[in-house]
Amino acid sequence: MLDTLREHRGEVAPSLFPDLYITAFKWMLLARMVEEKLGNLWRAGKIAGGVYLGKGQEAISSAIGTLLKPGDLFGPLIRDQAGRLAFGEPMIDVFRTHFGSRTGPTLGRDGNVHRGRPREGQFPMISHLGSLVSVVAGALMARRFKGDKTAVGATTIGDGGTSTGAFHEAINMAAIEKLPLVVVVSNNRYAYSTPNSREFACDDLADRARGYGIEGYSMDGTDLGECLEVLGKAVERARSGCGPQLVVGHCLRLTGHAEHDDAFYMDKRLLDSPIGRDCLKVAESFLRKQGWASETQIENWRKLAKQQVEESAAIAQCEPQADPREENWCPYATESIAEAHFNR
Amino acid sequence: MSITYLEAIREAQRRALRDDPRVYIYGQDIATFGGAFKATKNLAREFPGRVIDAPISEDAMVGSAIGAAIEGMRPIIEMQFADFSSVGINQIVNQAATFFWRTQVACPITIRLPSGGNPGSGPFHSQNLESLYAHFPGLVVMTPATVEDAYSMLLEAIEINDPVIYCEHKYLYNRLKTEALTEAELPPHKARVARRGRDLTIVAYSAMVHESLAAAEQLQRENIAVEIVDLRTVKPLDIDTVLASVAHTSRLLCVGESWPWGGVNAEVIASVATHGFHLLDAPPQRINSKDTPIPFSPHLWSVHKPSSQVIAAAARRLFDW
Repeated sequence: MLDTLREHRGEVAPSLFPDLYITAFKWMLLARMVEEKLGNLWRAGKIAGGVYLGKGQEAISSAIGTLLKPGDLFGPLIRDQAGRLAFGEPMIDVFRTHFGSRTGPTLGRDGNVHRGRPREGQFPMISHLGSLVSVVAGALMARRFKGDKTAVGATTIGDGGTSTGAFHEAINMAAIEKLPLVVVVSNNRYAYSTPNSREFACDDLADRARGYGIEGYSMDGTDLGECLEVLGKAVERARSGCGPQLVVGHCLRLTGHAEHDDAFYMDKRLLDSPIGRDCLKVAESFLRKQGWASETQIENWRKLAKQQVEESAAIAQCEPQADPREENWCPYATESIAEAHFNR
Repeated sequence: MSITYLEAIREAQRRALRDDPRVYIYGQDIATFGGAFKATKNLAREFPGRVIDAPISEDAMVGSAIGAAIEGMRPIIEMQFADFSSVGINQIVNQAATFFWRTQVACPITIRLPSGGNPGSGPFHSQNLESLYAHFPGLVVMTPATVEDAYSMLLEAIEINDPVIYCEHKYLYNRLKTEALTEAELPPHKARVARRGRDLTIVAYSAMVHESLAAAEQLQRENIAVEIVDLRTVKPLDIDTVLASVAHTSRLLCVGESWPWGGVNAEVIASVATHGFHLLDAPPQRINSKDTPIPFSPHLWSVHKPSSQVIAAAARRLFDW
């Protein structure tokens, strides 16, 4: 499933829309399966620390990950399992990082969502929200220095993260430099427990684009088709030299902040509002209605996804944990500096 | 023809820009204007597109350098004053300093901090933050004291595969001169014996090396021979050179311009006490700036930071102990 899906990355021609939609849907499905497994493993006490899930915003995440092309840059955040997989993250990375395996991309030094493959253009987030936006912008500056005129960089953030100074500084800087940066905001209504009303005072976060002198769009984040269309346009405009793009997807976090959080504070009326729809179910019924996939086909995809997830989790679970005796305890990359580090 | 500490910094950047296409400089007012202290004067004209004015966004400046470094560039960030780097501290200590540890991908950025006071600079244009940055794992913190080191260590900072905090001292910018720039004799992380002496060891770095040398001259007339160790790089700390000096003087005085609580002096003394307690004939001493914000008034400022007189007085007491 993983290999065939990646063939469709970045295609936006209208005639290919069903293929693109199906591809993005499959990533959503796979991400949901991965996250359900993570939740189960956490409840079984198999994962240390927190487990942060993206239920309710897979459409936005999957759309941006699917639309980016090989060679582009991606800085995903907490709830981007779908986008990470679509952009090229091997599923085994997810489980290895959550288990603290020494085989994982962070060698057990960092966990859960703090993983990436910087050499492959996927940047690892730190917990300080907003701080990844300028990193992706800087990577695009590097591409420009190197004469790469085609790469686009995308990064994602939540409504809460848009209140940080780092977010503001980075977008302002990217606007000045006219970088091909797409900033995708999933407004899932809650920053941990804080509602939009305590986070910002504008009508729509997309309105901020005008103040930065960049292009901004607002979209229904529960509708995969709309996400693909709007983000497809934003990616295309960024790629063709129109500068940074701010895209706000409206949705609802259909889970707590992390698995330890039952979200008792959430206004339950939001669940019955249009943004409270489960984007996966919406996409599934759309596929059937369009005749692009039958119920049996979707069920087969689900089974296949589940099988991949179980295999991947099982492999990672059998692998060794990070070992304090094998850890080299050195934060330096430079050999002579590393020697000096040990010498004191 | 002579060259100043400031010109050495400019020449190092010119050479790096000339020799390495991966190098660029990003900071406020550094292009046309040539920088608040003229450390990049004429470089924008000589290297079009590679000496770039940044908005007043220290967080974004450092964040962008991290992203560019991951993609293979060698960015130099000029902070207008060391003091303002605290606005970008999150990117420095959380993003850059941890990057290699988390990913096994190097993050080679150089952040230049114009540090230290001048008369009338006040609380927010005079700070020395080397102790702060040295606290965080993953950063290299350089504090060059000579024109030669200002030049060679900046070139090495750019070469190093880790994030480097390069603390250049503003007081030395135009006061320190040499005849010609030379290649480095020591690797950047090795301390240097700046003056030989048998009676006591002063450990200093950056501008305090020169206050200590002046104190040593005074003491020489009193027949007290001071040995001075210039740390050059405070993180990682070359404690071997310090211990070797203490082994033959048996007395230790540490001098730093940053604040006293914790910090480089405290670390040197703790390391010597741990590894060389048996070498000491007297309790190790330290002199820092006073534990207050840095005063504006030149009169207040002149006694806020360590001076050669204060250093000489402390050295006499230590010698007589």
